[in-house]
Amino acid sequence: MADETTSSYVDLSVAYVDATVQAADYLVVLPVIGPLIMSAFCLMLRRQQHVQPWIAGITLGAVFFGNIALALRIMESGPVFMAMGRWLPPFGISFNADALSVLMTLTASLVSLVCVFYSAKSVDGDGRRYGFYPFLLMLTAGVSGAFLTADLFNLYVWFEVLLISSFGLIVLGNSHAQLDGAVKYAFLNLVATTLFLIGIGYTYGLFGTLNMADLTLRIAESDGLPLGTVALLFIFAFAMKAAAFPLNFWLPASYHTPNIVTSALFAALLTKVGIYALLRVAGMLLPGSFDTFQEVLIWVAALTSLLGAAGALASTDIRKVLGFLVLSGIGAMFVGIAVVSPDGLRGAVLYAVHSILVMAALYLAAGVIGRMTGSFDLHSVGGLYRAHPFFAALFLILVFAISGLPPFSGFWPKVILVRSSMDAGEGWLTAAYLVSSFIAMIAIGRVWLFAFWRDDLDGTRIAITPLTRDEAQAYITPIAILVAVIVGIGLIADPAVHMASAAAIGIIDPSAYITSVSPVGP
Amino acid sequence: MNTVIFRALAPYLTTLMMLFSVFVLLRGHNEPGGGFIGGLIAASALAIYGISNGVPAVRRAIWAHPIHLAGTGLFISGLSGLPSLFANVPFLTGLWVFPTILGVELKLSTILFFDIGVYMVVLGTIGGIALTLEERED
Repeated sequence: MADETTSSYVDLSVAYVDATVQAADYLVVLPVIGPLIMSAFCLMLRRQQHVQPWIAGITLGAVFFGNIALALRIMESGPVFMAMGRWLPPFGISFNADALSVLMTLTASLVSLVCVFYSAKSVDGDGRRYGFYPFLLMLTAGVSGAFLTADLFNLYVWFEVLLISSFGLIVLGNSHAQLDGAVKYAFLNLVATTLFLIGIGYTYGLFGTLNMADLTLRIAESDGLPLGTVALLFIFAFAMKAAAFPLNFWLPASYHTPNIVTSALFAALLTKVGIYALLRVAGMLLPGSFDTFQEVLIWVAALTSLLGAAGALASTDIRKVLGFLVLSGIGAMFVGIAVVSPDGLRGAVLYAVHSILVMAALYLAAGVIGRMTGSFDLHSVGGLYRAHPFFAALFLILVFAISGLPPFSGFWPKVILVRSSMDAGEGWLTAAYLVSSFIAMIAIGRVWLFAFWRDDLDGTRIAITPLTRDEAQAYITPIAILVAVIVGIGLIADPAVHMASAAAIGIIDPSAYITSVSPVGP
Repeated sequence: MNTVIFRALAPYLTTLMMLFSVFVLLRGHNEPGGGFIGGLIAASALAIYGISNGVPAVRRAIWAHPIHLAGTGLFISGLSGLPSLFANVPFLTGLWVFPTILGVELKLSTILFFDIGVYMVVLGTIGGIALTLEERED
């Protein structure tokens, strides 16, 4: 309002964005500030633990619906942009939501929301006292911030926010196995983040700007600069975040240790933030970097998906099976990235969305298996079909979805990925991907066979602790919601495919992104 | 650390540092200072009092748990961005009012509240860490 009159030294009008902002524009910051403020509010109410799930649920519900509104607006009129504190884009921090950002944020907020429902029963007093809900909200804020920011250094900051909240979540409960997993997780993620930071340092040294739109323009004009080095640093850092082979060891070592809701959140969100950053930074900012390293990426894609699937087949702990399936999915997304075509990117984005939903649902379902049979070990679980047929049906749908069978959400990305890799003439990659998804299907199908189909173990009936009414509501409803969305995407694929296409186009041709950031022109 | 001199001096030192931290916080808009450095000074004040008179005395003196302070600070900082919503400017844009109270013109802004939030976050976090470390030494 009266800014310009207070500071007498500088003419601030040239440094400020003039355009007035409507309340609807705040939707682009809502997914970040909503959870951030409410996370602080939960901290203030540390002793009132019974209200925290409500606060988290209402906040994330609002964020979810806000994201739907934002998505509708972006699909209609292009990227939405906001410059924090009105400072002009190359200098100020800005948020910019395009189709890719909003698709990821929307899916992430849905998963966080259902995880809050699930946590109502599964996170006990200890977890709540040590701050499960503040951490959960902070994690959501960090993930959304990473998806929405239009500044490279700010992206790093949101990575740190989500990383620190994930450290908090992974050690909640304080068991020996958790601390062991947390150390591996923390150390390798810090290495990745440091590499990312070094990459940012080089970028700033080369171009003197970190605003993504500004960078895109300057990189397009640049000539003879060592962009390959920078691109490789970023690809390395984000591949580590995404747990791509051979940088994947932290994931199977840590994801089975925390509370199952935490595992579900991590499996759904964290690796996909790595994929998103890879698409945004290496794909959009440094065009051609996927071409340059295509050979490497193809190997990464094939080996990640194959080793992930093989690891899943070799594990007997259900949570570890799922951890390896996350890896296998990352491999599939790398298939889309490695073929370097709009279609491939579209497949990768669509697969990311599918993977967020399915992995979250599978982990939550694994929690129910653990709760009813008292074990996560494939050697001793069983009898669940008899005990809870509806849950068995939900799990079977998830098995089909992750195997990429129609009519569920895994089918469309699989079709697109197979077709795009065939079109690119990478027949071996297609073969590796198909073999890996076949092995993954056997691995997850085996879980269903053992946990649901089998009634007896060495002639004795497997004891089942049935869910109480409250527990059934708290546990089954979130899974059912996710399954409904998964079936929905499978049957009515158009909106999701359409958004994924828009996202892929946005990566390849960021002109809409750039014009929305620089309304005054470059 | 319980020499008589230190223990006799510590309360005065703590008081001075607390006052100075508020001074640093408030001058921070145009001069060196601000919420972060102010919070650090305040947290050091708590740490000194904890070393001399024991951590329980500090915990009694500050009433709230340090984590509460940090949470409240983050809450205030986050909220300080929201008045911009009603002024049709982007999030976190600084808004100023100049009320005259008792003949003195006050320069109040959302930035000040943001800084107060930062002050409390730093005080709560660093103070909390310091107190926990000192407790372990006993």
